[in-house]
Amino acid sequence: MKIDLTDTTSSQINGALIQARRAVGSAIGMVLTLVIVTDEGNHYDALKAASEASKEHPCRILVVIKRPGRSPRERATARLDAEVRVGGEVGNGETVLLRLHGERAAHAYSVVLPLLLPDAPTVVWWPEDAPRDPAEDLLGTLAQRRITDAAATEDPVAALRLRAEVYAPGDTDLAWTRLTPWRSVLAAALDQKQAKISSARVEGEEYNPSTELLALWIAERLGVPVERAVSAGPGITAVKLSTEDGTICLDRPDGALATLSVPGQPDRHVALHRRATAELIAEELRRLDPDEAYAQAVRLGVGALRTPQEDGDDGDDAAPAPSAPAAKKPGGKKAAPAKSAS
Amino acid sequence: MSGSPSAGNPLRGPQDRRLPRIAGPSGLVIFGVTGDLSRKKLMPAVYDLANRGLLPPGFSLVGFARRDWADEDFCAVVHDSVKQHARTPFREEVWRQLAEGMRFVPGVFDDDQAFATLRTTMEQLDKERGTGGNFAFYLSVPPKFFPTVVRQLKKHGLSEGRENSWRRAVIEKPFGHDLSSAQELNRVVHDVFPAHEVFRIDHYLGKETVQNILALRFANTMFEPIWNRSYVDHVQITMAEDIGIGGRAGYYDGIGSARDVIQNHLLQLLALTAMEEPSSFDADALVTEKLKVLQAVKLPADLGRHTVRGQYTAGWQGGEKVRGYLDEEGIDPASVTDTFAAMRLEIDNRRWAGVPFYLRTGKRLGRRVTEIAVVFQRAPYSPFDATDTQELGHNALVIRVQPDEGVTVRFGSKVPGTQMEIRDVTMDFAYGESFTESSPEAYERLLLDVLLGDANLFPRHQEVERSWEILDPVEEYWAEHGKPEPYTAGTWGPRAADDMLARDGRSWRRP
Repeated sequence: MKIDLTDTTSSQINGALIQARRAVGSAIGMVLTLVIVTDEGNHYDALKAASEASKEHPCRILVVIKRPGRSPRERATARLDAEVRVGGEVGNGETVLLRLHGERAAHAYSVVLPLLLPDAPTVVWWPEDAPRDPAEDLLGTLAQRRITDAAATEDPVAALRLRAEVYAPGDTDLAWTRLTPWRSVLAAALDQKQAKISSARVEGEEYNPSTELLALWIAERLGVPVERAVSAGPGITAVKLSTEDGTICLDRPDGALATLSVPGQPDRHVALHRRATAELIAEELRRLDPDEAYAQAVRLGVGALRTPQEDGDDGDDAAPAPSAPAAKKPGGKKAAPAKSAS
Repeated sequence: MSGSPSAGNPLRGPQDRRLPRIAGPSGLVIFGVTGDLSRKKLMPAVYDLANRGLLPPGFSLVGFARRDWADEDFCAVVHDSVKQHARTPFREEVWRQLAEGMRFVPGVFDDDQAFATLRTTMEQLDKERGTGGNFAFYLSVPPKFFPTVVRQLKKHGLSEGRENSWRRAVIEKPFGHDLSSAQELNRVVHDVFPAHEVFRIDHYLGKETVQNILALRFANTMFEPIWNRSYVDHVQITMAEDIGIGGRAGYYDGIGSARDVIQNHLLQLLALTAMEEPSSFDADALVTEKLKVLQAVKLPADLGRHTVRGQYTAGWQGGEKVRGYLDEEGIDPASVTDTFAAMRLEIDNRRWAGVPFYLRTGKRLGRRVTEIAVVFQRAPYSPFDATDTQELGHNALVIRVQPDEGVTVRFGSKVPGTQMEIRDVTMDFAYGESFTESSPEAYERLLLDVLLGDANLFPRHQEVERSWEILDPVEEYWAEHGKPEPYTAGTWGPRAADDMLARDGRSWRRP
């Protein structure tokens, strides 16, 4: 069922939601409100992914589409148009597309607030351009969880630096979500091989912030120097952990099937496909508590990583010290000043 | 028991809740790999686990059966069953990862040569795939073969791993057909595998809804205060099937529905519904509480009045004409096997004294449904006129185990209008809608738990034996008195079952 409302208000939208729900005859236990802040050009893909994820987490999806307008005349006409979709192909739950014209575009907060589900958590997702400080953003303040995506920005490494600077509990980034399969395979590999690791190297595509985050996570957990090397991709291509008996290597040249080699053990294949956005969002919605592992990794700061250009191939000359202690500094909110990382 | 392998792993931290529980290096050996269960449930579950990234790198699957197959033939069979039955999408790279670790060992169970081959296969896997000597043996074979298989495993030194590795046995129901046969079976298996390495699969316990019983009761505050004899009138636990015995004539005849379902599934559901809060969620604490409540279960004094058995006759089931039990292929026309069983049990403890638990199960009933209905007492005093509340039934909380998993709460509400009239309404929580796509299948969860060595969801041998102790007197009584009551296929069982509740002034819910 679809209801179009032109030049409307939040209370009319609420009325339409009830009307649509009655018409469809479904009463679904929705568990959260997902607010997607986007623009006309990108809302389709984001909504598709969110609808897919809503099959696992039935939710009310509010898509905030900002259309501030280009001409002074457009900017002066403040108008709210809404499209209410319930049932049918939109997954579980309810979807409302909110088009905020002109001046209204700056007041999304006032439109969204009355439409939040009572007593259920709220998640805000910025598929592309996130505000500088998500937790301080007006919409961000409504949410328990704020999802950004550093990979969708112009300068992903700078975005990571900014995320570290303004991190507040509840922040998370899809660049981090994309890492979960890598991290679990690496953790499983160390479950099997308990060895002291002296250094590590992470290889991945340029402009792929997940590579940096994975390197940071390893550096933070293991307290060893980690090198970030650029490869042709796709995505992350390899992780190498040096131990006394040799190198533990997880190598994924094709973006799908990886090979895990551990000294003293046979080589094995591990499926590590790159996941679609819907799966990432579904994973994000599974837990709504602050992700401390992410906080520790991102706050370590990209400056803590070495690059091969800087250090030579073996990385044994005077490189910036492995700054694991930097992360443990109380109130270490500010990342270490970055060297030229990219 | 071996300490968790992740203990000293610097990459794991307690605050990192995204990292899933991945089983350690291990392999699974399936006996009877050509069977239905293996093709429809086990192999797809293994694939789904791999697809979710929950199996360790190098995980290996060994099939053992009486077929003249090479590894590739086995691979092809698994491939087909995965394509047909897996719940997650098929991915070539996941398949490749799995297929590399698949081996097939042809042979029969008393063939020493075959077990010697199995041994070398497992040793090779340790070398080639790094399975680390950890293997689970899944006995997907009729119980009469259990003794042979476990003896062979012991004889060929397969039942004990090297230091720091484990060997586990997984067995499926039936766990015997009465107390003495169950004890005998346990003796045979425990002779070879230590008790804590034996995993008995009751797939009901792997269902999310069943695990949710514990969450519902012990994570909330609003249910537990009324979960006792002061508020509960009675409890009905139903497991109904719409199918007949299908191709299971050989197994089913002589066993019957009470042994097939009540002894394991329904008594487990009863234990979870009625038990006290465990001190923690580990396997030992759970088994302590379950056993305690099972020990308090008491049979009615007059078994003739409070138990009923039935047998379906020809009839129409959902618009389809079906045969009666005695006309089914392979059934003795004079068979007195029960295809329907109902009984009243009581639990002698402070919480439940005087509250009857009615259990019923049957084949060819109205529809396929499993549910636990906790029916509450009527309000002790009603300020409304009798006519106002004429249509008001008992309040009830229903846990729908399958299908359409969820919880229903039933209570009275005023009908809109100028008159005061109160009628029953229901409030639904639907599990199915919320988690359809990705909630794991019971076998997935249980297989993973076996590989992790987590015994929470598996009934222990004490529970199995105690359940037989409860059921045996009923079976003995039935064997000596009368015959099963006939009921038409597609109905909700024999009249006698309705009479049994009517004598107590109650009636069955229509599930």
